[in-house]
Amino acid sequence: MDLLDMFLNVGFWAATVRMATPLIFGTLGELICERAGVLNLGIEGIMTTGAMVAWMWVYQGGDLWTAVLVAAAFGMLFGYLHSMFSVYMGLSQHVTGIGITLLATSLSYFSFRMLLPGVTTPPKIEPFELEPIPFLSDIPVLGEALFTQSPLTYLAFVLVIVVAYVLYKTPVGLAVRMVGENPMAVEVQGIDVYRVRTAAVTVGSGFMAVGGAFLTISVFDAFYFDMINGRGWICVALVIFASWKPGKALLGAVLFAAFDAIQIRVQQSSASFIPYQFYLMMPYLFSILALIIMSRKAAYPKALLVPFRRGQR
Amino acid sequence: MILEPRTNTPLWMTISAPVLAVVVVLILSGGLIAWAGAPLLESYVALVKGAFGSRFAISETLVRATPLILTGLAAAVAFRAKLWNIGGEGQLYMGALAATYFGTGLVSLPMPLMIPFLFLVGAIAGGVLLLVPALLKTRLKVDEVVTTLLLNFIILLLANYLLFGPWKDPMSMGWPQGAPIIDEGVLPNLVAKTRLHGGLIFSLIAAVCVFILMTKTRWGLEIRAVGHNVDAARFAGIPINKTVIRTALISGGLAACAGVTEVAGTKGYLTLDISPGFGYTGIAVAMLAGLNPLGVIVAALFIAGIYNGADSMSRTMDVSNYIADVITAASLLMVMLAVMLTRMRIRWR
Repeated sequence: MDLLDMFLNVGFWAATVRMATPLIFGTLGELICERAGVLNLGIEGIMTTGAMVAWMWVYQGGDLWTAVLVAAAFGMLFGYLHSMFSVYMGLSQHVTGIGITLLATSLSYFSFRMLLPGVTTPPKIEPFELEPIPFLSDIPVLGEALFTQSPLTYLAFVLVIVVAYVLYKTPVGLAVRMVGENPMAVEVQGIDVYRVRTAAVTVGSGFMAVGGAFLTISVFDAFYFDMINGRGWICVALVIFASWKPGKALLGAVLFAAFDAIQIRVQQSSASFIPYQFYLMMPYLFSILALIIMSRKAAYPKALLVPFRRGQR
Repeated sequence: MILEPRTNTPLWMTISAPVLAVVVVLILSGGLIAWAGAPLLESYVALVKGAFGSRFAISETLVRATPLILTGLAAAVAFRAKLWNIGGEGQLYMGALAATYFGTGLVSLPMPLMIPFLFLVGAIAGGVLLLVPALLKTRLKVDEVVTTLLLNFIILLLANYLLFGPWKDPMSMGWPQGAPIIDEGVLPNLVAKTRLHGGLIFSLIAAVCVFILMTKTRWGLEIRAVGHNVDAARFAGIPINKTVIRTALISGGLAACAGVTEVAGTKGYLTLDISPGFGYTGIAVAMLAGLNPLGVIVAALFIAGIYNGADSMSRTMDVSNYIADVITAASLLMVMLAVMLTRMRIRWR
């Protein structure tokens, strides 16, 4: 197979950007939580909920953009629940997160089964259409790939900029970063650490849910069980890979999606003699590899995983 | 609102907290049953009957509890050391793969040796699998939560490859399943006309052994010390890394044994659905048990009962059996909260 052909192929780059989109949403969401000092392992389940809720909303006759909002609202609900346990009660963020993932996933599956009893093949909906951006989409290869995408993909790119701006240029962002580094100092300033952390986890979880929704109402047109398939965990790895920076998170997500796109193309090419399961392992292996490379110099938010208890040192 | 430590926790509180938490969860999940339009009381009666209502139901619940005890112990040991092993599912399949590799004709020993041999190779395989994230944690500070989670997917794909490829039993009519475990390696049936097998005995013995290990031995003390306060443990001269690695080998080995009981006991051969998430459910079991190895037995019986009961309830009452997963997840969160509240009191101001 000719690698050069592949890199000059619009389809390849378009697929890369498409596959990066849910990872961008998820990674940004996780990044916001972790910047505030809370590891959110609810991500896998929250993405599942987002995927299910958005799809179901459209299937029941709702509008696509409202579906995105509804998905985000459900994600925020689970994020809020997460912060009740992890922030206010100061319980183990690891176990809380796994608990939220199990709860969100099982509630989504239960609701799907209750709302659509007895369906064997998942019914389909009319997903988002590609919206080429005038002029920009006429640029050969990169322009075509970048600017002939789903509106949600554009939203993801815009959100990278918004999150970066808010984190680094606004008092709110300063507060979020401070509660992740030195909550005591924030408390002294008269800012409620609990409230900032809760807000960050809630908003971040909303992002994750939209990442899940992208899968069911933009890329695919149906909801399948297990469709998130570890994407949430990959986002957790990508946050570390990105050293908790939004710009690098975007880079990481695109890089990762590119590897994934290569993997799929090599797998499909007739020259491949390696069983397809080994190609499917690649994303997970890459994630572990990225962690190994980055963890040495990882500058964790200092208060990550440390519960804040008022009145205690 | 502030949380302050209680000066003392009465015994009744310690015991009633998890029970109360589960009761709250069952009341809350009543909402889901009502949503499904099923009568509440009758549905719960159907659930209890399906779990413990007959000789057959009890035997099936015990069959399901067997791997859950082992994955629960795996999580309980690891979490005590604050080694966040979320890879029970992958380790379980690793044990199942090892049992299939050695148990389908490669090695043939008389039964009293063959069965321990299968558990041994399974445990080694699972321990080694968790050794990788443990070494990455101790040597390179790579977070073990993410690596253990990701390894679950990798091992499942490996099993998928083997069962669709080189290990596929030619006698299986095209189903992706492994060759049967040779007769000497099959866990003996315990009660006629049930599926109850020797794996239960093994898992009960394992629970007692882990209890003794954690409470009466130096290793157990070191594991708990590392989890309680790393700095204090280091100051006391406990080798932190060595303890973490030891914990990983024990935890991974226990989870892998659950794979062995399923392949050599419940099924008799390897399939891709030997575990409906036993590795993840084991985390809930461990938390329900307050990480106590003997409590794990009780918690595993409860969770197994919920799953089997929900299966039978879904047949008679038209309530999706995913309700069992909801109850398990909600119990995990609620028990964690309840246990915390036995140690702390909330003061509003």
